[in-house]
Amino acid sequence: MLAEKFYRSLYRIRRIEEEIARIYHTDKIKSPVHLSIGQEAISVGVCEALRPDDIVFGTYRGHATYLAKGGNLEKMIAELYGKSTGCSKGKGGSMHLIDVAKGVMGTSAIVGTTIPVSVGYSYALKYRKSNSIVVCFIGDGAVDEGAFHEGVNFAALKRLPILFVCENNHYAIHSHHVSRRNSDNICERVQTYGMQAECIDDGDIFRIYDFTNNYIKRIMMGHIAPVFLECITYRWKEHVGPNDDFHLGYRTKDEAEYWIQNDQLKKLKSLLGADISSKIESAVDLETKNAFEFAEKSDFPEVKELYTDLFKD
Amino acid sequence: MQRILSYSEAIREAIVQEMTQNPSVIVLGQGVDDPKGILGTTKGLVDKFGSERVFDTPLAEDGMTGVAIGAALAGLRPVHTHIRMDFVLLAMNQLINMAAKMRYMFGGEVSIPIVVRSIIGKSWGQGAQHSQSIYPLFMNIPGLKICAPSTPYDAKGCLIQGIRDNNPVLFIEHRLLYYQRGHVPTEGYTVPLGKARILAKGKDITLVGISQMAIECLRARQYLKEIHIDAEVIDPLSLSPLDINTILDSVVKTKMLIVIDYAWMTCGAGAEIVAQLIERNIPRDVVIKRMGFASVPCPTTSALEQHFYPDAKEIALNAYQMIFSDKKAWQPITELQAEEVEFKGPF
Ligand SMILES: Cc1ncc(C[n+]2csc(CCOP(=O)(O)OP(=O)(O)O)c2C)c(N)n1
Ligand SMILES: [Mg+2]
Repeated sequence: MLAEKFYRSLYRIRRIEEEIARIYHTDKIKSPVHLSIGQEAISVGVCEALRPDDIVFGTYRGHATYLAKGGNLEKMIAELYGKSTGCSKGKGGSMHLIDVAKGVMGTSAIVGTTIPVSVGYSYALKYRKSNSIVVCFIGDGAVDEGAFHEGVNFAALKRLPILFVCENNHYAIHSHHVSRRNSDNICERVQTYGMQAECIDDGDIFRIYDFTNNYIKRIMMGHIAPVFLECITYRWKEHVGPNDDFHLGYRTKDEAEYWIQNDQLKKLKSLLGADISSKIESAVDLETKNAFEFAEKSDFPEVKELYTDLFKD
Repeated sequence: MQRILSYSEAIREAIVQEMTQNPSVIVLGQGVDDPKGILGTTKGLVDKFGSERVFDTPLAEDGMTGVAIGAALAGLRPVHTHIRMDFVLLAMNQLINMAAKMRYMFGGEVSIPIVVRSIIGKSWGQGAQHSQSIYPLFMNIPGLKICAPSTPYDAKGCLIQGIRDNNPVLFIEHRLLYYQRGHVPTEGYTVPLGKARILAKGKDITLVGISQMAIECLRARQYLKEIHIDAEVIDPLSLSPLDINTILDSVVKTKMLIVIDYAWMTCGAGAEIVAQLIERNIPRDVVIKRMGFASVPCPTTSALEQHFYPDAKEIALNAYQMIFSDKKAWQPITELQAEEVEFKGPF
């Protein structure tokens, strides 16, 4: 059942990120973390519709993307701990997650950088007559960047199999979109490049799933073209780090209220009922515990690793 | 009486004073008006000077650099701020193809008085894309001035000089330097771009440290005192133009030189300084060493990151080995934190 799958994935991401936030003060995770708490339904809704061979690219706020697409949990936590068993052997940290086998092609800490890269990947998929698609997850801040417009334009020009997913949480760090853009019309702007663009403004995970599913169906029928999905959402925690930040004054708790009430996790839980949800929860809790234990027990990389993996032989 | 300010207070004071005395000075950049105010350096500026003179920008580094250049052409003096130097990579086109070239290629008809502030810095776990210190790329470009002062006094003086300068100036600040405290006069003053600062006199070895490495050199100097080595420490302040003569005089005296880049060494400030010294026929028996980042992207895990950056102990050990031609490992007994070594003058 869909709702069960959604709940499992959503709860898992929330649980893991809350655990990250809980232990963050111990300094075991010595790298900045950009939590997706509050925004997870977008990654889950999209990735539940994807097939194993589909590809995702994400941002530094990438835990949800990575996990929703099936990225290895133990390797992610080990990566956050800087251990050699991490998905990037400890060299990447929270902002640079990758699981090639699962189609997670890497997250980047420079805003907008993965946009043209995703477009290039989708160009190669089309060239190789693959049925797979690329999903490029970005924030609303990335829309400001030249690389966004250059990438979107090229994807439209070449009719590439790529789904752009813009997680619009209204802020780039502390900067609201009104101080960065004349109007909040991302979809309209994308449409002018000749690309279909839609906005889902209520965070509904079923709508996000359906949209993605329909897109894949069209690709399978041979209608190859890029599509843009804007999802309005809200970041609950501070831009970077494990805490709340309403005290800073750049945004209000009132503004958050709708999104906290609208939490997809809570909605799914009441939909499923206590029996089913608690079964899912205890399985995830155990998995989470094991993953953190795995990270704890793993070794740090040896010093000689500093010089490995610069070039491929 | 010495008035003591932190490095970040000194930067803020420089901006406030220049904005007060010259209405052409404007401040733009991502987050300059936000609650954290670029680690405090732009805090309160929007309240003081209004949102026409202090404003947040879209995430459009190259575009906004072009905007700053255009405003400068029309007579303003923009100070464009980047919270990390990695983001300046997105502005390379405007900086190098336009800002650095325009005056020359238009035969002196125009000038581009912009300051591009950017913050570099070692802080744990920032990883490959949030830790870069790419001043060597810019040192390669004629038409750009670059300075990276290490003390609060020079931060204020160089920044004021940068704002008054009629050319593009890259002003590079290291995060760890923000906590340095030192003497900063109340009034506005300038420190020339193109004259190095001798932070400590010595006779046995010359240590040249770029940006925060100058402070590591001061620490190394303390360590070396244990074994009666007297190191001279120089902060070049300005990397373009580079004051080679101050370094040359020191090296002729000490016959030993370590240059410590806060960057990768290849084609870095160390490479440039050493090449210029050799071209000036320094004595054959001068012993030279370069230090800098390990020649790989910065790893995130602390297990590797701690081997990526040079530090005071490694500088001191290298000095020891050069002086005694001794490959033994040597460890200073005392332990000094960076904050404990502050340069408070004399200037
Ligand atoms: C090119 C570039 N400029 C600036 C930054 C600094 N920065 C990091 S995250 C961020 C905000 C991005 O906002 P958005 O795209 O909306 O993503 P969100 O953090 O809201 O998920 C900024 C400006 C950066 N990483 N890269
Ligand atoms: Mg955002």
